[in-house]
Amino acid sequence: MEQTDILIDCRSVWKVFGDRSREAIGAITGRGLGKQEVLKEFGCVVGVSDASIEVRRGEIFCIMGLSGSGKSTLIRLLNRLIEPSLGQVLVKGRDIAAMDAATLRETRARHIGMVFQSVALLPQRNVLENAGFGLEVQGVPRDERNRAAEAALAKVGLSDWMLRYPSELSGGMQQRVGLARALTSDPEIILMDEPFSALDPLIRRQLQDEFRQLTKELGKSAVFITHDLDEAIRIGDRIAIMKDGVIIQTGTAEEIVMNPADQYVADFVAGISRLHLVKAHSVMVPATGPVDGLPRCSPEADIDALIGQITATGSDAIAVEEDGRVLGVVTTRNLLLGVRGDAAAAAH
Amino acid sequence: MTFNPGAFLAPVVDWLNANFHGFFAVITRVIEAVLGAIEGALLVLPPWALIALVALAAFFAAGRRVAVLSACCLGFCWLMGLWTGAMQTIALVVVAVLIAVAIAFPLGILAARRPRVEAALRPILDVMQTVPPWVYLIPAVMIFSLGKVPAIIATIVYGIPPMLRLTTLAFRGVPTDLKELGEAIGAKPGTILWKIEFPAATPTLLVGLNQCILLSLAMVVLAGLVGAGGLGAEVTRGLTRMEMGLGLRAGLAIVAIALLLDRLSRGALEKKRA
Repeated sequence: MEQTDILIDCRSVWKVFGDRSREAIGAITGRGLGKQEVLKEFGCVVGVSDASIEVRRGEIFCIMGLSGSGKSTLIRLLNRLIEPSLGQVLVKGRDIAAMDAATLRETRARHIGMVFQSVALLPQRNVLENAGFGLEVQGVPRDERNRAAEAALAKVGLSDWMLRYPSELSGGMQQRVGLARALTSDPEIILMDEPFSALDPLIRRQLQDEFRQLTKELGKSAVFITHDLDEAIRIGDRIAIMKDGVIIQTGTAEEIVMNPADQYVADFVAGISRLHLVKAHSVMVPATGPVDGLPRCSPEADIDALIGQITATGSDAIAVEEDGRVLGVVTTRNLLLGVRGDAAAAAH
Repeated sequence: MTFNPGAFLAPVVDWLNANFHGFFAVITRVIEAVLGAIEGALLVLPPWALIALVALAAFFAAGRRVAVLSACCLGFCWLMGLWTGAMQTIALVVVAVLIAVAIAFPLGILAARRPRVEAALRPILDVMQTVPPWVYLIPAVMIFSLGKVPAIIATIVYGIPPMLRLTTLAFRGVPTDLKELGEAIGAKPGTILWKIEFPAATPTLLVGLNQCILLSLAMVVLAGLVGAGGLGAEVTRGLTRMEMGLGLRAGLAIVAIALLLDRLSRGALEKKRA
């Protein structure tokens, strides 16, 4: 991974809220106090504690946590809506905390878009004006910003609604306008602060799929905040799980589901379906007998596909093959263990 | 022994009079000139022409209902034979409100952003609102002598608190996510203020402006006591001569003016927003 491919590099960032936050930070760096001690000694709440994340180019990075876990604070540290108490946030290699006001505005306007849970549309402006608002404050002439806004609205499927007002739109449509507004200024990075949380499940799934597809199509990177692990798995290339201001685990959905870092994560992933998450290479075992007659699959085939293959062929094992070489086999027993999410047991 | 704050204040007023006479004279000139210009403009046309003009302007600015109401209110003043007084009163209110808003609006925004400013302003506003209004007239008259200027000054003092308080409330009430949006898209503070905060704060600001206008009108009428002229003078005359008819006519004319100013200002600003 080259340095230039890391768009946001967040290094050991802390955010401490409270009147005595400066002293608290001194104690954290000097004496290595933890958050409980900080709360007791200084009455300061640690919002984000020693968080490090890297967001790579073209990746959707999900931050999953329940309310109060500090995920909303963390995303606001990435574009300095909240000042970090300690640590560094590098956006495209530049320290965002060291920027002067004008450079910061420029960076926010051109490189980091943001979409809010509450959408935050301006009620007295129509959809087109809302979508072009980012360009409007940058002083882009009306024709040009309308063109960009129209293009962005077309991407989210709202071409027929441009002259309507936000109050005339459903929640899902409003959120599309929010996304279009973020896309209009063509930033590389989009920060999504629980954008779909307030929507009903069907619309939410639809928007999740559209968002993922659109982001990949346009080659954008995104940081996506959610309290819903299903959503994180559906959307995210990588997921960070937060609890009490700390990032407990970072990894792909499969890594997290198969190897939860602690009991908290394990409880979280317990109810998640493994069918599309767990791949053949995680559940296969070394071949002990002849594999010639077995059906073949790739290491990236998921359990759902393997079950399909086994039921279709009637064979009770499948050989995992890459570049013509057999890496191992997946038996019916391995598959069942894999469905239960027991990676360690499955690979025996 | 009694404590008499007036004994401390009177020398201050005397000292101000002695040392800043020129300054106060300039203020007097400016206010009188502006007032005179507005009054002159209102009285240069015959009443029916002005009524038609206001109704027309109200129609375009605020719609048909407000236009009809404006014409009725002004027509009433004319029929009561109080046209000149009504125009003088309107001029006084307009000038006082403009100055009060010019002072209260920026201070109100500042108070909304800085809790300390608000904490410092709050007791001052409390005093300004609870001291009986005619008490303001005393120092105002001592410095600016009788006439319209002390009336305006006292009216401004009386009109500032509601506008200031509601401006603070209005800007406090702007949703956090809208302000965050402004920052997140890289808008300058001035842009955030005028394009995001001000529109979101408008409904509450309108209430403040409305209060400011109506309280100013009440004060301007009271200022008839110190020779401010206008409808207040008619009320004062009715009171001192115990003329029920005159007092009632003037009183109803004031109600008509209040209605006019209220509906016109509200209608115009609401229409502009929609």
